[in-house]
Amino acid sequence: MKVGDLSVSETRDRLMGQGIRLRIGPMVTQLQVRFPNLAQHVHFLYKDTPFIDEPCIVDFEVKLAPPPALRRWFQGGAAIYLDGIMNFGPFDPAIAMPMLEWCLNGCVFNRPNQYLILHSAVIERDGRAAILPAPPGTGKSTLCAAMSLRGWRLLSDEVAMIRPSDKQLLPVPRPVGLKEGSIDVIKRFEPTAAVGHAWPGTRKGTVAHMRPPADHVARADEPATPAWIICPRYEADAATTFEPIPKADALLYVAHDAFNYSLLGTTGFETFADIVDACDCYALVYSDLNEAVGVFNALTPPRATAHPDRS
Amino acid sequence: MTSPNDLLLAVLRDPARMTAFSPDQWNRLLRYARLTKLVAKLGYLAQEHSLLDSLPGKARDHFTAAQAIATQHQRIVRWEVNRVCRALVGVDADVVLLKGAAYVAASLPPARGRLVSDVDIMVPKAIIGRVEQALIDHGWEHINLDPYDQRYYRTWMHELPPMRHIDRQAVMDVHHTILPETGRLHPDADALFDAAQPVEGLPVKVLCPTDMVLHSAAHLFQDGDLNNGLRDLTDLDDLLRHFATQPDFWDQLVPRAVRLDLQRPLFYALRYCHDLLNTPVPDGVLQAARVARPAGLALPLMDRLVTMAMSVSKAHQRPWVHAWARWTLYIRSHWLRMPPTLLAKHLTHKALKDWFAYSPGAK
Repeated sequence: MKVGDLSVSETRDRLMGQGIRLRIGPMVTQLQVRFPNLAQHVHFLYKDTPFIDEPCIVDFEVKLAPPPALRRWFQGGAAIYLDGIMNFGPFDPAIAMPMLEWCLNGCVFNRPNQYLILHSAVIERDGRAAILPAPPGTGKSTLCAAMSLRGWRLLSDEVAMIRPSDKQLLPVPRPVGLKEGSIDVIKRFEPTAAVGHAWPGTRKGTVAHMRPPADHVARADEPATPAWIICPRYEADAATTFEPIPKADALLYVAHDAFNYSLLGTTGFETFADIVDACDCYALVYSDLNEAVGVFNALTPPRATAHPDRS
Repeated sequence: MTSPNDLLLAVLRDPARMTAFSPDQWNRLLRYARLTKLVAKLGYLAQEHSLLDSLPGKARDHFTAAQAIATQHQRIVRWEVNRVCRALVGVDADVVLLKGAAYVAASLPPARGRLVSDVDIMVPKAIIGRVEQALIDHGWEHINLDPYDQRYYRTWMHELPPMRHIDRQAVMDVHHTILPETGRLHPDADALFDAAQPVEGLPVKVLCPTDMVLHSAAHLFQDGDLNNGLRDLTDLDDLLRHFATQPDFWDQLVPRAVRLDLQRPLFYALRYCHDLLNTPVPDGVLQAARVARPAGLALPLMDRLVTMAMSVSKAHQRPWVHAWARWTLYIRSHWLRMPPTLLAKHLTHKALKDWFAYSPGAK
């Protein structure tokens, strides 16, 4: 069953009650939302996401609810509880939806340390995936949202989740966060894009989320093989440039911003070094999304060359 | 005393129970284990009992993820110990590692899956000033320069105010004995140093087996650090099971407690390990330790409080009862820590400080 198989009011009843167990890639999140007016937004963003009705082991128990009375009066009317403990907040209920999305991201960033987790968007075509590492503000989410609307499958706009045993990238298809100007950029780029309500007043300004295309969510169990590491940077009015970069630079650039690269120690290094060996690495500077799409569409399979010192 | 009906304690006593768990039981177990920082340890227990293949993949994933963090902690602790040794090269001192750092450095069973938040070392009081200076020269600094806290540690406690390395952010506690100087019990620090044992490949020592158990017991039941109560009890369980194989360990344990003035904490440690975790303790040792039991209603009360504080499911179902038990034990530990007038002054100071720190407009 998918969330979209439920009506908004059924979704609301479940979120207000025992919760909905969302299956997002390899993770199961038990989600409860104690604000009835938010059910429509959850329903919109997770329409294509499957949920599990029968009892199962869950990875994260997330509850968005009013905090205890005293803190509600002084600090804000909403809080997010992770495994029963207040994790976010209290904050203004007017920004509850973006806060919930950040918390759900945070769960994926911090918990599943059985995988190597890099801070990168991942898109795939013909079984080959491009890892797009980039710090916030470089336009990574906007770029991967655009790519997902032009024939590339979205695995994630935030995390490259890598299984160390076979170096495969696991999809975590969650709503794509868009900030400020990017919201209209994507709406103009593709008017049919499923962009949800825009929430002003967050610490990152106005935020909206785009629901990934339905077939991308449906293929959440299909991993992809890393083929390219492409470090994108949006620069207003810049001409598109696409240059190879040394593999060592790519490794350090990604490792620097990764979630658990150092935590995994040797496993982290070995896994990622193998991936860098197998990938072609580039830096992309762009200002025009259509030109950037053209660059991706022109990619050729990597000439896998193992580093002489690593065999 | 009866064993409480607690899911996590039941699994710690008999890990094989996990093989028959329903998803709902798994969710509760993992939640409790996360709260008590025992997820990684459950994974190692499952492995040692050859249960991993009979567990759900999802449960194994949780174990693997938690073990990755524990492994990182150990790597950090080993490196911190290496750095401390380097910083103290010029100081001719006996350095004894305590608690987590000792378990990791000496590769003892409690190290498996244990999260180690800071490094504890013990040095002779006569040279603690030189050790402190050497650490400052090598990049450690005091975390809190509040004059009251500085005086509190230096005058009354058994350790320097906590220090942190400016680059690596690792926290270190430098002790000169194992219990506060103002407290009721006064273990002889010289005896601890004399019996300390070398660690293979490192210029540091760890406490000898009996002393390691006694220190762990004193930390939990005398100094009253119950933040990780159940985790610390499993440390004791691991140590007792491990050292039980050494000749003379059981024979020496109670006499050593007498020598170090730690009979009461040892009594509690053996009692609650045995009752809550089924730790095998010879009857003769349990009997000998009973000599130090508290009189009258104190023991039944302590039984109730400790059982409540160690039972996570209780904390979940009745958080107030659990919080009350922890609070009472906290007050008890402070009562044991310093004489009443000093305690009154200290708690008043802390309460006023907290009040002003949390009042609106403060910061």
